[in-house]
Amino acid sequence: MQRWSRFNIVSLIFGFAFLYLPIVLLVIFSFNESKLVTVWAGFSTKWYVQLFQNQALLDAAWVTIRVALVSATCATVLGTLAALALTRYTRFRGRMLFSGMVFAPLVMPEVITGLSLLLLFVALGFDRGFWTLTLAHITFTMCFVAVVVQSRLLSFDRSVEEAAMDLGATPVTTFMKITLPIIAPAVFSGWVLAFTLSLDDLVISSFTSGPGATTLPMKIYSQVRLGVTPEINAVCTILIGIVAIGVIIASVVSRQRETQRVKDEQAAFGH
Amino acid sequence: MTKFGSAVFNRLVIIIPYAWLMFFFLIPFFIVFRISLSQTAVAMPPYLPVFDLADGLSGIFSGIREFSIDNYLWLTQDALYINAYGASLWIAGVSTLCTLLIAYPIAYGMAQAPSNLRATLLMLVILPFWTSFLIRVYAWIAILKPEGLLNQFLLGIGVIDQPLIILNTNWAIYIGIVYSYLPFMVLPIYSALEKMDHSLNEAAQDLGCTPISAFWQVTFRLSLPGVIAGCMLVFIPAVGEFVIPDLLGGSETLMIGKTLWNEFNANRDWPVSAAVATILLLILVVPIMFFQQAQAKADGEGR
Repeated sequence: MQRWSRFNIVSLIFGFAFLYLPIVLLVIFSFNESKLVTVWAGFSTKWYVQLFQNQALLDAAWVTIRVALVSATCATVLGTLAALALTRYTRFRGRMLFSGMVFAPLVMPEVITGLSLLLLFVALGFDRGFWTLTLAHITFTMCFVAVVVQSRLLSFDRSVEEAAMDLGATPVTTFMKITLPIIAPAVFSGWVLAFTLSLDDLVISSFTSGPGATTLPMKIYSQVRLGVTPEINAVCTILIGIVAIGVIIASVVSRQRETQRVKDEQAAFGH
Repeated sequence: MTKFGSAVFNRLVIIIPYAWLMFFFLIPFFIVFRISLSQTAVAMPPYLPVFDLADGLSGIFSGIREFSIDNYLWLTQDALYINAYGASLWIAGVSTLCTLLIAYPIAYGMAQAPSNLRATLLMLVILPFWTSFLIRVYAWIAILKPEGLLNQFLLGIGVIDQPLIILNTNWAIYIGIVYSYLPFMVLPIYSALEKMDHSLNEAAQDLGCTPISAFWQVTFRLSLPGVIAGCMLVFIPAVGEFVIPDLLGGSETLMIGKTLWNEFNANRDWPVSAAVATILLLILVVPIMFFQQAQAKADGEGR
């Protein structure tokens, strides 16, 4: 194994240490007995107990989860449609503008997106709250879904779809029976991505939400500004745990489906 | 289903997401621009309306005559704003370069790894990207504080005898940006390197290239689309970054994202913050179009 050299291994070890060490330290200090997050004083779960007595925090968590569920679901539908439009219809009027509108939100600074959505809602006379928050989250997460689904659509064999159409299936039936099952893992990971992005967002949420719709990141942010406490470490640890479990399940599911698919194909073609 | 039905389906696939993005992404920019031309008022919303549609066409014309570029003049008169734009571009540029220098060896190591390990390595890079941005930035506060973990460690092993002051300086901003955006840089470079045909590099070495020059002339050049995409994915959002300068940075430098936030939330001056956003958008239009072209090229290759 000449290619997998010592240099490669060392750079990977340092890279992953850099990526993971801060998160690991944060998790460790959420179990600290002392109120200081920099001096270890013994193991304790008291910050977690305190967390579940903090009603304001629990309310914020509930708002965040509701917004994330609704917006991830809508964003998955819209993002999948956008991905289809980009890959299946290579020529239509305004395609340049359309692909621009799909890719630009991926890099657009959040302060700009947040401010512009807020001014839209004010101009329309919407009351800021749960629904404006959800609409804003749908808009920026659908583009991430579109990119994930698009990469799957680009890599699959379109002749299966054409065969179905030749045999008389309508575009809708073809989509439901052929395309959707094939891209389902990508659509699912798009949903998970949209869900976590919505769960995490601070800047766009702060602009577009109103009284009564404080999300968990907004709550965490306002506490962080007052100082670092083990209680915040505990909230963060729970969030990291949820996301990590979700991502690991998603990737195991998609890997199993992938091996199953390869097996099916091999059986079908008699290799 | 009839032919008409399938035509409707084809149309809807395009129209629904198109209309959504038009309404919630494109039109809001015009509203931002319009409000940047109006005057601040003590009211809710805190700006004077530019158009009064009730007056019809004449209302629109008189509205256009009342457009005011005062907000833009204000931005040029106060050095605060110009410095903030300059500092943001500089900090984002330096951080992008540092991210590239750290990300390239990681992506290269991943691409060279045995193929049964690659999926796991890929997941390890993606995983932090799914964890909250805010949490990852927050984690650095406890590390970089004067009495924080890094200083405890360095004092403990005797490298330094005075705690380093890193938190609330530009150093902390650089570290925060490099750390937060690292996966965005690793992923496109990795996918460019993974697709590459390694026999090209071997051929260059057979023809007398040293390993280093073969790397520069073949491997690096072929990975350039990934490098460009990664740099754009880091640079553009970093220019308008708010959370990192706010939590890790100090008062010595003001970045434009934070300026906009303060203008909007603390000063409640909506027209000026709209003008700040408009100029920021104009500065970023060229890199965004660059990014888009790189994306379109990547799609073309996949087809």
